[in-house]
Amino acid sequence: MDSVGINPYLFVGAFLFVCGVVCMATKRNGIGVLMGVELVLNGANLNFVAFARYTPLGLDGQIIALFVIVLAAAEAAIALAIALNYYNNHLTIDVDRGQELQG
Amino acid sequence: MTLALDAALFWLFALLACGSALAVVISQNVVRMAFWLVLSLGAVAALFFLLHADFLGATQLLIYVGGTVVLLVFGVMLTATGPYVQIRTSPAEGIVGAGLGGLLLLVLCYSAVGIDWGPVTDRLPGDVPAVTQSSADPRAQSGATGRALGLAFLGIRTEGLAVRADAVGVRTDAWQGSHPPGYLLPFEIVSVHLLVVLIGAAYLARAKRRVESDG
Repeated sequence: MDSVGINPYLFVGAFLFVCGVVCMATKRNGIGVLMGVELVLNGANLNFVAFARYTPLGLDGQIIALFVIVLAAAEAAIALAIALNYYNNHLTIDVDRGQELQG
Repeated sequence: MTLALDAALFWLFALLACGSALAVVISQNVVRMAFWLVLSLGAVAALFFLLHADFLGATQLLIYVGGTVVLLVFGVMLTATGPYVQIRTSPAEGIVGAGLGGLLLLVLCYSAVGIDWGPVTDRLPGDVPAVTQSSADPRAQSGATGRALGLAFLGIRTEGLAVRADAVGVRTDAWQGSHPPGYLLPFEIVSVHLLVVLIGAAYLARAKRRVESDG
């Protein structure tokens, strides 16, 4: 039915997911960690839309992807507010310097 | 759209998305990371368009590329002071991360290849989602998902959910003779969630007055 099957989309989604996970794990800048989260959510979204196109999941996949986009925007807003608070208290955004947040 | 052009566009945008995502990981400058993130998210939006999800692609462009990334850039602007823009990761951590990430990618791709998608994709009923119909009229395709998505958020399903459920093998007795379930309640929950997030973000990021210790 289509020249591109479902597998290439899954590969792209997996690559975005892995890039996001590595970004979250290795970046020391707090904003960089947030960008990793965005990449992870995008990889998951690509999988949802690919399943909506190629499987009987149908429109439900796109609706779930819409919810994911909205929740990602909400998460970015809250996380940036927390990052600004962190910066106000520590004068840096380096997540390795957050030792004193331990109880 | 011809199949060859479809495939060529897919590979173009897939390479753009993957390359930009890799550049986000490799780049050490936060502002350049934001730029590569814009490219990657835009390429994913193009992939959504290729998957016939027109409303979702537009939403991705508007909210992600237009909203979330601007938010991130504001975060960079408010938190990066001159030389501290670059906070370097040590090379050893980068190598370990790349190795583990490659292994994770291998596992994911291996499991995606290992599944035979044929029985799932072949039983797609032809008359159900207007998204998957290969209609000759491009306008019929472009308007299809917007109306169906909006009605689904209002709790009305336009596609024959029962037919699809038969295709997957789910029991359909539950909603036989009544309306198939829509997404009105999750829509309301997300709306309230966005309101709470707005108030919470404004509360967290507000300018604090310095408390004078008078004791």
